[in-house]
Amino acid sequence: MCMRFLLLFSRQGKLRLQKWFTPISEREKKKIIRDMTSMVLARQPRSCNFLHWKDLKIIYKRYASLYFCLAIENQENELLALEVIHRYVELLDKYFGNVCELDIIFNFEKAYFILDEFLMGGEIQETSKQMVNRSIEASDMLQETMEEYMSKPAF
Amino acid sequence: MSPSVPLQEMIRAIRSARTQCEERGVIQRECAAIRAQFRQSDNGGRSHNLAKLLYVHMLGYPAHFGQMECVRMIASPRYSEKRVGYLGAMMLLDEKQDASLLITNSIKNDLSHSNQYVQSLALCTLACMGSAEMCRDLAPEIDRLLRASNSYIKKKAALCAVHIVRKVHDLGELFTPAARSLLAEKNHGVLHGAVVLITELCERNQETLERFRKTVPDLVQIMKGLVISGYSPEHDVAGISDPFLQVRILRLLRILGRNNEGASDAMNDLLAQVATNTDSTKTVGNAVLYETVLTVLHIKSESGLRVLAVNILGRFLLNNDRNIRYIAMISLQKIVGTDHNAVQRHRGTIVDCLKDQDASVKRRALDLSLALVSASNVRSMMKELLLFLSSCPPELRAQAASGIFNAAERYAPSQRWHIDTILHVLTTAGGDVRDETVPNLIQLITNASELHCYTVHKLYRALLTDISQQSLVQVACWCIGEYGDLLLRGECQETEPVQVTEDDVLDALETVLQSHMSSPATRGFALTATMKLSTRITDNVDRIRSIVSIYGSCIDVELQQRAVEYNALFRKYDHMRAAVLERMPVIEKNSPGHTNGESTGEPIKDIQTLKVKQGEPLLPQQPANQVCDLLDLLGGSEVTLQPIPAVGGTAPGLFTNTSSTTGGDLLDLLGGLEPAPPAPAPTVQVYEKAGVALTLSCEKQSDSGLTVTLTASNSTDSDISSFTLQAAVPKSVQLHMKAPSGDSLPARGAAKVTQMVVLNNPNKVNLKMRIRISYSSQGSAFQDTVQIDSFPGLSAAGH
Repeated sequence: MCMRFLLLFSRQGKLRLQKWFTPISEREKKKIIRDMTSMVLARQPRSCNFLHWKDLKIIYKRYASLYFCLAIENQENELLALEVIHRYVELLDKYFGNVCELDIIFNFEKAYFILDEFLMGGEIQETSKQMVNRSIEASDMLQETMEEYMSKPAF
Repeated sequence: MSPSVPLQEMIRAIRSARTQCEERGVIQRECAAIRAQFRQSDNGGRSHNLAKLLYVHMLGYPAHFGQMECVRMIASPRYSEKRVGYLGAMMLLDEKQDASLLITNSIKNDLSHSNQYVQSLALCTLACMGSAEMCRDLAPEIDRLLRASNSYIKKKAALCAVHIVRKVHDLGELFTPAARSLLAEKNHGVLHGAVVLITELCERNQETLERFRKTVPDLVQIMKGLVISGYSPEHDVAGISDPFLQVRILRLLRILGRNNEGASDAMNDLLAQVATNTDSTKTVGNAVLYETVLTVLHIKSESGLRVLAVNILGRFLLNNDRNIRYIAMISLQKIVGTDHNAVQRHRGTIVDCLKDQDASVKRRALDLSLALVSASNVRSMMKELLLFLSSCPPELRAQAASGIFNAAERYAPSQRWHIDTILHVLTTAGGDVRDETVPNLIQLITNASELHCYTVHKLYRALLTDISQQSLVQVACWCIGEYGDLLLRGECQETEPVQVTEDDVLDALETVLQSHMSSPATRGFALTATMKLSTRITDNVDRIRSIVSIYGSCIDVELQQRAVEYNALFRKYDHMRAAVLERMPVIEKNSPGHTNGESTGEPIKDIQTLKVKQGEPLLPQQPANQVCDLLDLLGGSEVTLQPIPAVGGTAPGLFTNTSSTTGGDLLDLLGGLEPAPPAPAPTVQVYEKAGVALTLSCEKQSDSGLTVTLTASNSTDSDISSFTLQAAVPKSVQLHMKAPSGDSLPARGAAKVTQMVVLNNPNKVNLKMRIRISYSSQGSAFQDTVQIDSFPGLSAAGH
């Protein structure tokens, strides 16, 4: 599942998370974000979740007030990409407990940490939900204990 | 984990800004504070400062001053700082930034850190933004981690290796042995990483692929385990055991089984098993089934399995989920060429999808339906397609119209049906059809001589109802002009005859002439038709005369010119009028009488003594593939315009381009106008200069017919573009040039251009041919001429 980028944005088009799996210039990134938000937000409510853009397939899905937009290469399996998005949402949900957009806004760095335990280099890293959750918890614990030990506030 | 208070406070402050301006102010203040903090040495708040900066960066504001801070944070011994530092590196640094090299050493150290979570940070960052240099540096480390570490690190190292191989292809060799041994792991994460790595290695290197073919039995074993095994809580998704891994393995099997009988056989059973046992009620099951279908269709599977796969796609078509219907149609589209019969079985469902609400689904259904039209189902399919055309979204109309034309062209069961179909399309979607439809239809009509009466009646009725569709009106005018006498006669076998008087007909044409909806070309048609009627009607010639003279002062130059010339025809050349406006001869497609015509702008040299321009509608010309500009090429002497009886002299010429170009277009479905295969006849080189060589071979087709094949090649070091050949032959020889295979010659003879020329030499004169070669190379244009006096293999025939 070679992914090129993952974007999360609100219904007003505000970006909440951006993960790029290939090196792209800042200008290009901004352009892509604009293109994606306008394309996805323009879609009718009950349309197909797949779009074509340049030489990539764009898979998008709306969860509550957030749009998850994943770009994959042309030979990849679109239905599995939908599953990837869903898995990420489940991971966020488990971590934050009934996750909502505000959680992701105020704890964006945690959303990234979770993503980095699930996907890596444009591929799926770990297929077990429990493993990902355990790794995140352990890393968080490491951060806390290290901080307690150094007797400084965590963040 | 406790949230970062300073970070959250800042986020709150930014969100509470009511205007963009206010927000900018808040952010500027914060950034200034952050910058100040960065300058200070170690303090407790470093990680939350960087986090704040990263948030600001996500909003779209510049954050490059944080790059060095990232580098510093990564080198810090504290985990919290490393974590944010690496996150910052992934967001702010990419391989184009110089600062990225500075973290190479930190990454190297962290890769051997005692704590696996620190190692994981380093691996993740390397896989995300590692440049080629960094990859080369750290590849041995990664290889080490691939072999000897715990599964948590191994799976990450595997994906890191994938990234390295993508960046530096040669390093694939390094990871191949480790990849092979990873397949024996039990841990799904590691297994998944291993499969991804092997897939990457196989896709890049054919030899590696051959070596990994031996792993097919192992992969089959693993898949079987996943499919048959009971419920595994850790990896279960809606009843499917680790669908992500299953899909990856299926993809690898696809790559390994392609074009290889042995490997394909080994996986046949497994694929059948997965295809039948996978639960397809949820998306996840369908994802696995989809991948299975793709694999079956791409390897050398047995026919039973292929049918099973196509049937799965057929089931997908009936699924309620729009996504799945869409996927099914895309896949069916890809195999409609190879497994045509299997796809035909699902034709009914596909045609139903034309009525789907979703635009993407409709588009796919249209493509697929057009591909499925065949001689046996053409009538029913066309009914559906025409229905679709009347209600389809505007962006699909042009495609639908041209698809219908192509299909009608190929499979029309009768001429009348064909004409009816085209007329139907013109009435529903006349605005979206291509320009060449008009001449095509006219040519079709002239060919169906027994249907002239029927056609003109139908078109007359259509004209009375609606004059907004330009293509339809143009054809109608032309027909009325040509066959107006049939219309007035009032009898018709095929359809209800219309009782129409000469005035009615002239009224109709005048309405077209005067309507603001008519384009200039349409008005030209109407004026010419009116003029033609002057020889076909008896009573109202004066009316025609007056119409024509009115337009003698029309603002539109084209109309004015026509009107003036027609006026002249009435006054000075009245004795010739009947001959000039005679019924047109049947136009044949690709007949030898065609000269690959002059474009409209070109002044046609007068061959007849008449100063009057031919009274034929000048149709919008498509750019000719081969502008065989004979008069220009050879001076006036060797004119080869076929001496057709006085009238229609240049008329066929006007249609030639369309037939050769559209002939190519329409026949594209059959694989394009391929130039004839290199003739068994001897080939002789006729031209060689500046690296461009032209060879000629010919083949006798009949007593007087001959096909000449010209092949051009380019042996220079630079590419050649816009390569065209023009040919001229002696007066009595008829020449027809087919569409060339292309117009560019890549350097060093990488590909050739072939051009077929069909000659007809009925008078058996001494055959000569002059060829003009023109092309552009390295930005400048070249032109040259060569004369061919002898044709290989001809002397024996005594031509």
